[in-house]
Amino acid sequence: MATHSFMRLFRSAAVGGESTPSPSQNKQRFTRKSSGLTELGRVLRSEDSLCVLDIGSTSANNIRYLTDLGHKPYSEDLLDASTDTSLIVRDENGQQTIDTKRFLSENLTYSAALFDVVMCWNLADYMDESLVKPVVGRLWSVLKPGGALLAFFHTQEAGIDAPCYRYHILAPDTLEMQHIEAHKDARKGPAGTTQNSNPSGFRLQRVFNNRHIENLFRDFSSIKFFLTRDNIREVLVVR
Amino acid sequence: MDTPKTMEAAHIGSSVVIKGELSGSEDLYIDGQVEGNIELKGNRLTIGPNGQIRADISAKNVVVHGKLEGNVQASERVELKNSAVAVGDIFAQKISIEDGAYFKGKVDIQKLEVSKPDLPASGKTNAAAASESVSGKSASATSPDSTLATANKTQVTEPNKI
Repeated sequence: MATHSFMRLFRSAAVGGESTPSPSQNKQRFTRKSSGLTELGRVLRSEDSLCVLDIGSTSANNIRYLTDLGHKPYSEDLLDASTDTSLIVRDENGQQTIDTKRFLSENLTYSAALFDVVMCWNLADYMDESLVKPVVGRLWSVLKPGGALLAFFHTQEAGIDAPCYRYHILAPDTLEMQHIEAHKDARKGPAGTTQNSNPSGFRLQRVFNNRHIENLFRDFSSIKFFLTRDNIREVLVVR
Repeated sequence: MDTPKTMEAAHIGSSVVIKGELSGSEDLYIDGQVEGNIELKGNRLTIGPNGQIRADISAKNVVVHGKLEGNVQASERVELKNSAVAVGDIFAQKISIEDGAYFKGKVDIQKLEVSKPDLPASGKTNAAAASESVSGKSASATSPDSTLATANKTQVTEPNKI
């Protein structure tokens, strides 16, 4: 219990340190500097008409930012799609599981090697475990060789009740984080994606360490970690 | 929220279901269900909060409060309001998306091309063409009675799954 309280304090301190509340926004929005985004910005500014896939929650900021740079943004909220209750099936042991095959037949259905950049944000931390590897595999196939993918992962210190955020690009090195609330009809199980100490939010499903992350992206050609002070690892991988 | 005004926009109510092609030359507010194609060149289409559209849309401005599945080609602006659920590609000069709107698809911003007059003699013509382009008005003639026409073709457009 004491550790839990300490972690809460630590998180609050981190929010006040690297991430700062945006005065113009409500209390659940914060801004933070992002080294991964800065690095990705070099790709985004190197040429125009890039195809960029954002698989976080719909963000007008991101669409505006990308179209201003002359790119073609694609938006698809995969975390929201993964909470579709109709995806739940029973396996041979009678256990509830997610129909991964159907999920991939309805989502991320792009032609191969279409995208130059994928913004994955913190999807892997909050998506049901059975979907993570298949989704990363699909992302590999829709990325062009040399294409870049930006993903965020919580560290152990973030704690199990780390809130799920959507990310809005404010500037080439700055993100605004907005707390995501699960839809009212969101799925509750099999892994209890929406069950949480904060019932209106998504639950952190697991914590990836560096080795897990390297394994997850083992088919990619390179991986770069950016450590931050707010318990998030930023990862930029290149196909 | 945009609400229809009797004298300004034709209104399709929430109990109306249309399957086929829908075209016209006046502003249109749809709060019902439409499946097919919608073409309102030079005019504004508003999909109300109860509207459920499965159609490709071509219009000057498109405002979405309800559900839309299909591609949108707007000569000026597309607005997705906070209650909007839109699946399909959007081609427009400007787009605005409110917080809370759901969007799945591609955004392609069409840059406005204004041609400059290169010769004094042809300047007037070019300027007129540019003006027409800015206003987003279609050069093609529209029916004088400017009523909505629904064709019985039932050409259901398959939504563009991305």
